[in-house]
Amino acid sequence: MSFPWAKHYEPKQPLMRWLDEKLPLPRLVYNAVGAGYPVPRNLNYFWNFGVLAGAALAMQIITGVVLAMHYAANAGVAFGSVESIMRDVNAGWFLRYAHANGASMFLAVVYIHIGRGLYYGSYKAPREMVWLLGVVIFLLMMATAFMGYVLPWGQMSFWGAQVITGFFSAIPLVGETIRVWLLGGFAPDNAALNRFFSLHYLLPFVIAGVIMLHIWALHIPGSNNPTGVEVKDEQDTVPFHPYYTAKDGFGLGVFLLIFALFIFFSPNLLGHPDNYIEANPLSTPAHIVPEWYFLPFYAILKSFTADFILPAKLWGVLAMFGSILLLFFLPWLDSSPVRSANYRPKYRIFLGILLADVLVLGYVGGAEPLPRNVIMGQIAAAYYFAHFLIILPWVARSERPRPLPNSITEAVLAKHGGTSLAHSAAQA
Amino acid sequence: MATDSMVPPGESPEPFHEEVPDPRRRDFINIAAVSFAGVGAVAIVLPLINQMNPSADVLAQSTTEVDLSKVEPGQAIVTTFRKQPLFVRNLTPKEIADADAVSLSTLRDPQTLEQRTKPGKKNWLITLGVCTHLGCVPLGAREGENRGPFGGYFCPCHGSAYDTAARIRQGPAPKNLLVPDYKFDSDTAVTVGVAS
Repeated sequence: MSFPWAKHYEPKQPLMRWLDEKLPLPRLVYNAVGAGYPVPRNLNYFWNFGVLAGAALAMQIITGVVLAMHYAANAGVAFGSVESIMRDVNAGWFLRYAHANGASMFLAVVYIHIGRGLYYGSYKAPREMVWLLGVVIFLLMMATAFMGYVLPWGQMSFWGAQVITGFFSAIPLVGETIRVWLLGGFAPDNAALNRFFSLHYLLPFVIAGVIMLHIWALHIPGSNNPTGVEVKDEQDTVPFHPYYTAKDGFGLGVFLLIFALFIFFSPNLLGHPDNYIEANPLSTPAHIVPEWYFLPFYAILKSFTADFILPAKLWGVLAMFGSILLLFFLPWLDSSPVRSANYRPKYRIFLGILLADVLVLGYVGGAEPLPRNVIMGQIAAAYYFAHFLIILPWVARSERPRPLPNSITEAVLAKHGGTSLAHSAAQA
Repeated sequence: MATDSMVPPGESPEPFHEEVPDPRRRDFINIAAVSFAGVGAVAIVLPLINQMNPSADVLAQSTTEVDLSKVEPGQAIVTTFRKQPLFVRNLTPKEIADADAVSLSTLRDPQTLEQRTKPGKKNWLITLGVCTHLGCVPLGAREGENRGPFGGYFCPCHGSAYDTAARIRQGPAPKNLLVPDYKFDSDTAVTVGVAS
């Protein structure tokens, strides 16, 4: 499960030895995020984002549990209870702003974490299971974020719930029945709000469970690294503690700084003013948009405007879910044995284009449905699928990768003064 | 199985000789027990799924009565039916003519105005105010709202346009605005939610 040179947990205090015999929990921690987990020595700051995502989840759970002490999940009073949190509850404004912006921070960090995985090929063998579990976590996060956004029972909450549950009515024959079943009514109302609150409270703990599996699966092959070359011997690694606990601690400080900027200086920057109007089933806001982190997927949904065998609405819903489910197949769509994009000149260019494409989708997702925007969205949505289904398999076959370093250590030393492996070996 | 021919005193001469049946007695008990537990699990899952369906109090609000006497030709009112907006429109003769002039073959969801109204009451167009795309409330029922390029309703969310018979003409929505079950109690009163 770990490299043979991993340090062993040897408690010296009698109490710790006693505990280790009865319940080896400190041993588990030591081997997971302590000195017992050897990690490639060349990880850059992009490797901070897994720990940051974990920290963001912890903060969401803490602020969320506290908010639930003041929130009332009843359509009659939910909006008022959120306003009371903002005005009457001691430090309520801080907790709510931390929770609302914390969701954005969590998603932002996870998007960078996913991007890191794409760039450095962390989804490839032997880490496919890590990637698959990661996509599961992402799906659970999206569900949790959506249901949390419904809880304040503002206009965007209500119409967001209406639109998202409307996806299910696109399913032929049984769609409307499923929608009514999910909502517990013919439109979002008290029943829907109550069940969304229940699930919004539950799912973060499910996410925490899947994160444990994600880390477990990661620790079998060990962490990837910026060269994508596997660890060969002891000099390629350093112990997680203190090296990466320190590096992650620094990253966490920067993360908290940015988080604080949002909470204290622009807490509503990422929100929508319409959500400070209480839900009104008889009036649709002029422009319904989801939170920023859903915009690219919303653009894919909107880009189907004409029927083609199936109704346009069903195509939109299938494409939107497909754009995420596609990620489950990524480890097998990209057959290149080289992991890191640093050694894959063609892949690197196309990954850059994909990033730009997703940003365009994000813009279109938030823009008015003008003909110009619709066409832009259609092209960008088509490219998104083409990247994974056509370009990636083609690049993997046709690309000529740059020569890989023989080891992580060789790559590190070449970067710092161009010393050869032989030279470093002589030094060692 | 024992093949020893020596029979201990006081025991049957052929203690373990029976053929092994297929399935064995123990396998049968295993299958039966697990099956029974499975049936029990399904019996428990059913109420857990069914509790998600609309509750009695939600279903109880399933009819709405509308007074039509104050709705002039060309006017529309918005009320609620099952917590959803309901549009009741008194069509003008021109709007009726516009709707009848459309060839059915050009429609995404082909229906005539007759099929969408009651016999002899062709001017009363009663539909849900729920866009069939993703459920927004289309504009056009209230005074001064954008009624879209076909003079009926226009959904601001994704640009679906409905004509004067509330049929989908442009944009992503797959169906015409839904006509709920309703019946005329008199010339100026309808009950929505009951079949005529």
